[in-house]
Amino acid sequence: MPNQRDYDNARRNRQELIAAGLTSRRDLYKMGLLSAGGYLVAKVGLSSRAWSKDGGGNTQSPPTRSFVDPLPILVVKQPVASLNPAPTVAPNTAAGEGRTIAHQALSKFPPQKFYQIVQSQIQAQMSPDLPVQTIWGYDGVSPGPVYHAKYGEPILVRNVNNLPANNGGFGNNTVSTHLHNGHTPSESDGFPCYFFNPGQFYDHHYPNVLAGFTDPQFASAGGDIRESLSTLFYHDHRIDFTAQNVYKGLVGQYLLFNNFDTGDETTGFRLPSGQFDVPMIFADRVFDPKTGQLFFDLFNLDGILGDKFLVNGKIQPFFQVAPRRYRLRWTNSGPSRWYQLFLTDPNNLATTIPFWQIANDGNLLPKPVQVTSVELGVAERADVIIDFSKFKPGQSIYIENRLEQTDGRGPTGNVLAAGQGNFILRFDVVLPAVADASQDPATVTKYYDLPPVDLSNIKVSRNFRFERGNGQWQINGQFADCNINRFTVTQNTSEVWTLVNSSGGWMHPIHIHFEEHQIISRNGAPPPLVEKSRKDVIQVHHDETNQIFFRFRDFTGRYPLHCHNVVHEDHAMMALWSIEPSGDTNPQP
Amino acid sequence: MEKTSRRGALAGFGSAATKPTQTQWKTIEPREAIRQRYFPEVVLRTQDNRPVRLYEDLVKDKIVLINFMYANCDRICPRIVHNLTTVHKLLGDRAGRDVFLCSFTLDPTHDTPAALKKYAAMHNAGGPGWSFLTGSPATMEMLRRKLGFTDPDPVRDKDRENHIGNVRYGNEARCLWGACPGMSRPEFIVESLSWVDRPKSA
Repeated sequence: MPNQRDYDNARRNRQELIAAGLTSRRDLYKMGLLSAGGYLVAKVGLSSRAWSKDGGGNTQSPPTRSFVDPLPILVVKQPVASLNPAPTVAPNTAAGEGRTIAHQALSKFPPQKFYQIVQSQIQAQMSPDLPVQTIWGYDGVSPGPVYHAKYGEPILVRNVNNLPANNGGFGNNTVSTHLHNGHTPSESDGFPCYFFNPGQFYDHHYPNVLAGFTDPQFASAGGDIRESLSTLFYHDHRIDFTAQNVYKGLVGQYLLFNNFDTGDETTGFRLPSGQFDVPMIFADRVFDPKTGQLFFDLFNLDGILGDKFLVNGKIQPFFQVAPRRYRLRWTNSGPSRWYQLFLTDPNNLATTIPFWQIANDGNLLPKPVQVTSVELGVAERADVIIDFSKFKPGQSIYIENRLEQTDGRGPTGNVLAAGQGNFILRFDVVLPAVADASQDPATVTKYYDLPPVDLSNIKVSRNFRFERGNGQWQINGQFADCNINRFTVTQNTSEVWTLVNSSGGWMHPIHIHFEEHQIISRNGAPPPLVEKSRKDVIQVHHDETNQIFFRFRDFTGRYPLHCHNVVHEDHAMMALWSIEPSGDTNPQP
Repeated sequence: MEKTSRRGALAGFGSAATKPTQTQWKTIEPREAIRQRYFPEVVLRTQDNRPVRLYEDLVKDKIVLINFMYANCDRICPRIVHNLTTVHKLLGDRAGRDVFLCSFTLDPTHDTPAALKKYAAMHNAGGPGWSFLTGSPATMEMLRRKLGFTDPDPVRDKDRENHIGNVRYGNEARCLWGACPGMSRPEFIVESLSWVDRPKSA
């Protein structure tokens, strides 16, 4: 029985048909678009964007209950005693390694721990009201296990591809796993064109070393401590199929600890730790209303918006907490949506609930910043501290996304009123009180200083225009191409990049691999406080020009820069560049 | 002070308060789901004025490259057609055997089969496995939308001169679909095709 929404959709569809010149009922019947009752069949619309006003151009998912599943706690990745065959500098092609380039720093940073991670088809229950989903994961789960890594402790990860031949409708089983944020040699970084096949493995060497270790001034410290990274994530990055593969489940978390971010809240910066340090990977998804199966719009060029909101693989979970501080590590894994996350008390919608942001893109800020919301483009991360002792026992508080977005282009700019957004997760302050040895962020005076932005020593300034031409995403008028190296950076130099978005109504979260950058200016003005940080994803807003500062130290090889709206990335908004001892000074690569 | 109902005030809570009464979940083979969603049952005409069914004759069991063009396009089409001509050459005898090119017209009013044949000849395009296709205006417009060659901005979408210049490529039997810019290097378009070049059965 059609409801008001069906009528609205049908009316919109009819208008579209008329606009398209498709007025003949006979045509409509022939195309299977008109039911016997004369109603336009809403489910298989004219275009994947035909009924987009609700959820962004896709099928509307079937109803599911909210807050019926507990938040999955990511399993910690365990090392193995050894790998067989033992890892080698040169690719072990004979044994089935898909890597084609030798490790550049394996002997300099011999691994102290070894891991094996396996990619395969898995079964996942995302909601009790949906059928079991057949997707892809790492070590049998999606999100995959979380690495606990340490600076000064290099590791080697053997990445095994056991993905199936039958992709179940979308996804490409030749993969390349990227450790997002890592200061990693190119051949281990998950370069989009370095994908490997089912039946093969690929050894990744993660030195877990600070940037600047080859700089004499940091030699004794093993690098610049101010470049410490904390919250990274890993995901598939296979050229042209990144969106499909990440959507299908290939994402996980990687945490880096050191003498300051110790993992023990009684030492170092005394950040909430152990069970009070909780990664949360956000994802939005669409499910087919007829089959209940995860749906990916294969022919979408603009961006996919889900109407179901997952955290760590479950739709709208709840999370029981104790009345003390928690460190939550928030990652927007996409595919395309922009979030602005607030805390909402449904019994008191008028109250703003402040909390602390302590890290941006996985980098601890110079010091904590009190905020009332956090904005996350795809691949951006934010570490926050929420003190649940501020709430009443038994109270429930929600993470709510209030940024209005109706299609893949970008948010409308409207921040919705409290309670009118998307509820993502419910915190229940129901656990018994426990000791809290972490430090109150209000009393923290410093985490790390920012490395200096030294504009006197720039090797080259480059300009990048992000545009849309004929439905295709371009950087400086060109497209991603595995065999084209757009520019070469001189190893151990700095550059200033100007990023220009003149693509009309579109916004792009731009990610550049390798080292963190700092924002010099946004449209000429200094960035807001939470962006006075090292970052690796820069939101490039409508009609905006941003300047960022980079260093490129220590390693060489090929790296990408790309939009992290993975649908844009796959439709060619990516440029492949490299670092070599001797580079170029092309200002418009 | 206005009072809103609790349900109205919390629009984003999630759509079901109690367990939804399930209709039985349908099972649809992924390949069939893709066919239903993207490939309508239409009959088109080739540049040789041959009637062909979109799915059965042009797409099913094939590796395909799909693009949209029109004969009077003097912006991006000449370059894309030129690229595809090189792609066609590089495909060698696979073109027409298991790899096929489908160029659909955006201007069916002018692009009759004869006009398309002339266009192909003029550009050294066409050849084994490469069809230029036309049909009724309603059909071609619906196809354009179903295949995703649209701009979400309705004003820009009406501007035929700035039409979508992607080449959609896929292996229909294996549900492997991607897209690359029609203005990429032809060698890279062929390389992209290799990423879906698998046998028909898994």
